[in-house]
Amino acid sequence: MNKVQEAIVRPSGWRGIVADWSGDQRAFKNVSWGKAMMWIFLLSDTFIFGLFLLSYMTVRMSTIVPWPNPSEVFALTIGDRKMPLILIAIMTFILISSSGTMAMAVNFGYRRDRVKTAVLMLLTAALGATFVGMQAFEWTKLIVEGVRPWGNPWGAPQFGSSFFLITGFHGTHVSIGVIFLAIIARKVLRGDFDRERRGFFTSRKGNYEIVEIMGLYWHFVDLVWVFIFALFYLW
Amino acid sequence: MSQARTYAHGQQHPIKLYLVVWGWLFILSTFSYLVDYFGLHGYLRWSLILLFMMLKAGLIVAVFMHMAWERLALIYAILLPPTLVLVFVGIMVFEADYTLLTRVTFFAAGQ
Repeated sequence: MNKVQEAIVRPSGWRGIVADWSGDQRAFKNVSWGKAMMWIFLLSDTFIFGLFLLSYMTVRMSTIVPWPNPSEVFALTIGDRKMPLILIAIMTFILISSSGTMAMAVNFGYRRDRVKTAVLMLLTAALGATFVGMQAFEWTKLIVEGVRPWGNPWGAPQFGSSFFLITGFHGTHVSIGVIFLAIIARKVLRGDFDRERRGFFTSRKGNYEIVEIMGLYWHFVDLVWVFIFALFYLW
Repeated sequence: MSQARTYAHGQQHPIKLYLVVWGWLFILSTFSYLVDYFGLHGYLRWSLILLFMMLKAGLIVAVFMHMAWERLALIYAILLPPTLVLVFVGIMVFEADYTLLTRVTFFAAGQ
């Protein structure tokens, strides 16, 4: 099998694209179907979040009522000091850290280090759950202060609908990611991918690549937050 | 099985690489927070926000998601389509400006 693989050298660059996409063959040569499908799902999700942010831009640009200042709306008083946007900054650092632990989990997965992979994935899930908890706190605070999808005390009523839609959809993605992480971490810890245990639903033998596929989803959630942080909170 | 074995040992990179990228993401996030903390405004604020945003997104996609080591066929299939959203952004900038113009005209006339 290896000899056959070595015999065929795929061209690179533009020639490679044309060769890979030519008819009657698989377009993605060294990517498994699972990874390709995750990438294509993430592409569709990119459009969803992209259009949410686009609609937010449209309502913000077209309103004649001033937009509430996010720096003040999301400020917290810690001790005697009023820190602008501090909660959002902490949430950003937590999500970036979870991306870091996830990347290390993928690495240890390919080294077939069962315990380290599972521990890092569970740490990622814990950081993700912390993020969702802080988001619940933030939502509660804003709702108590009178923010609704149809209005708020500080300015343009579209602020509420954009905020709840965008952060709500992102928070849902993080929550689903935490569940996904817990399921895969359990499989890793049980040794499913060392003993090639067959999956419950699929009856297929799994391998450590699922950790990388899981990682793609998790990094995407972090990636979306980068855009939300910049365009919604900082703008 | 033969398929699984082919992919199972892909994407091996030193741990140090991930730690360095992690560190840079922290630094860039701190910078973008400081943009708000020091209350920069106008074109300076917007360009800095977009710069830090694109650098962070690039690091995550290229290193954490291993896009830098994939074949071009996949890179272009995934990264080119989202640029079409930018065309849509351009369209909606004109549309939003027009809506704002009509609102200013209409509401000013009503007062």
